Amino acid sequence: MAEVEIKVENLVYAKPRLITDTVMHYCPGCSHGTVHKLIAEVIDEMGLEGKTIAVSPVGCSVFAYNYIDVDWIEAAHGRACAVATAVKRLHPQHMVFTYQGDGDLSAIGTAETIHAAARGENIVTVFINNAIYGMTGGQMSPTTLLGMKTATTPYGRDAGLNGFPYKVSDMLAHLDGVTYITRQSVHTPANVRKCKKAIRKAFENSLAGNGYSMVEVVATCSSGWKLTPVEANKWLEENLLSVYPLGDIKCSNLPK
Amino acid sequence: MADREVKLMKGNEVIAHAAVRCGCDGYFGYPITPQSEVMETLMELKPWETTGMVVLQAESEVSSINMVYGGAATGKKVMTSSSSPGVSLMSEGLSYLAACELPCLVVNCQRGGPGLGTIQPSQGDYFQACKGGGHGDYHLIVLAPASVQEMYDFVELGFDLAFKYRIPSMLLADGAIGQMMEKVVLSPQKPRRSDEQIVQECGSWAAHGKGGRKQRNIVTSLFMQPDELEEVNNHLQAKYRQIEAAEVRYEEFMCDDAEYVLVAFGLSARICSATVEMAREEGIKLGLLRPITLYPYPYEPLKKMAERGVKGFMSVELNTGQMIEDVRLAVEGQTPVAHYGRTGGIIFNPESVLEALKNNLLK
Repeated sequence: MAEVEIKVENLVYAKPRLITDTVMHYCPGCSHGTVHKLIAEVIDEMGLEGKTIAVSPVGCSVFAYNYIDVDWIEAAHGRACAVATAVKRLHPQHMVFTYQGDGDLSAIGTAETIHAAARGENIVTVFINNAIYGMTGGQMSPTTLLGMKTATTPYGRDAGLNGFPYKVSDMLAHLDGVTYITRQSVHTPANVRKCKKAIRKAFENSLAGNGYSMVEVVATCSSGWKLTPVEANKWLEENLLSVYPLGDIKCSNLPK
Repeated sequence: MADREVKLMKGNEVIAHAAVRCGCDGYFGYPITPQSEVMETLMELKPWETTGMVVLQAESEVSSINMVYGGAATGKKVMTSSSSPGVSLMSEGLSYLAACELPCLVVNCQRGGPGLGTIQPSQGDYFQACKGGGHGDYHLIVLAPASVQEMYDFVELGFDLAFKYRIPSMLLADGAIGQMMEKVVLSPQKPRRSDEQIVQECGSWAAHGKGGRKQRNIVTSLFMQPDELEEVNNHLQAKYRQIEAAEVRYEEFMCDDAEYVLVAFGLSARICSATVEMAREEGIKLGLLRPITLYPYPYEPLKKMAERGVKGFMSVELNTGQMIEDVRLAVEGQTPVAHYGRTGGIIFNPESVLEALKNNLLK
């Protein structure tokens, strides 16, 4: 095949400046890499590289700090919003965000998340909801769908045996301290663009001192779901989106 | 002296005053008896209006210690306080703080356990404070105040040591010292460090935003490569050896000619000093060694006493026998070591300590 010269003027896409050269450990078809990229672009476009402090969780994105070139603090499992609370209170001019999965945020970190949100901490949470524990090998998480097979629900999640899934974003939207809640996905190019806009809006909301913001991203876990990347995108659309519908859930201002 | 301010205050109240005056950046706490006056006093003092110090009531001790973790990870001078059951909840965070080498101060006003126990004083958390509590191989610097003045002084000392070695410091007090009122000399207000000073002091490791830095700072305790994690552990252990060599603090009372020595810290040491005087009146050559640092522990002075022929030691603690293990380690079987203690929030008096000494060692 003949070599094609890529001219600078023809470039329509490049690796974001703030994504490091570290080889990502994410599985093929995983949404994490795409969301990382969007965050890196938003930080760069908003000129926040020097004043961002990010908090990473425990789970597949435990190594998020290897990929986005800002200062990071690795939190204990579920504690990211408590960590971020203090960071933001002590550095009110900085951009502080947490990046957490559904195992981390909606199970072990429920208390920390709800109370940071209820207090109206000026932080952003990017919540990756793929309805499964990825890092530990595909166990049930609180957001696992009824009937969904996981390592700890081998016959499918049964409400009587395993309880019901819950909708984190809808629940948080009731809190006065929460002013921007949206649910997005990155399974199509159009959704990727919408998700980026949402992340930017959340960052702006936070910098404006308008309380707690969350961008939930309904995400794929092809390895955990035991599907190919293409099948996973299809499964997300056909199963997850009816339970976790996309769109803004709350856009408001802090009560006076 | 114009700066010399003397007040009559509770031990818990002076923790709050000491924090503000030594330039603390943030306090994160959760109410629990018998130490809730720490946060109550801070909220009354409103330091955010004077020094700019942040004070926040968290939803749990799990959260407050992780707020301390977050603040400390940015190089700020941050602290929390609690009592025994609350410190159990903080144990996870303490392991992470130690692993990430984050300087901070944790005050434990101990109450009786195990479980929900009682709100009365205890020294039952010696093991938890000195031998772990959280998971993994780590230590905290543990200071044991025996007076309200020491409650005050050890806040700044705790922070100084924490920053000197990048290690969490714990002030291991008890409900009685937290609640008792005594005269305390307050130090003049020190300013909090500026952001520039923090960058200068902690810029090589703290995650406070890259600013002009080329390299990002990452605060983490995750090391998946076995060699890498072992190197981290070796580094921590080397630091602990350094601390053990340089920071042992203790006080001796009438030990020079002592044939028997009581070993006690904090509240117990106050009681034991009266026992020593009573024993001396009866012609018993008794002394007292009071460890001020429980980690690092004063093994050497105890060992030397054993070597010069002290006939017996008695570890006097408000528990069923925890520090006694360290006294035994110090004397390496050369000398009998007894224990005397009460639990349930019962505080022994000097007479009962003397009686226990007679029953255990002088028979």
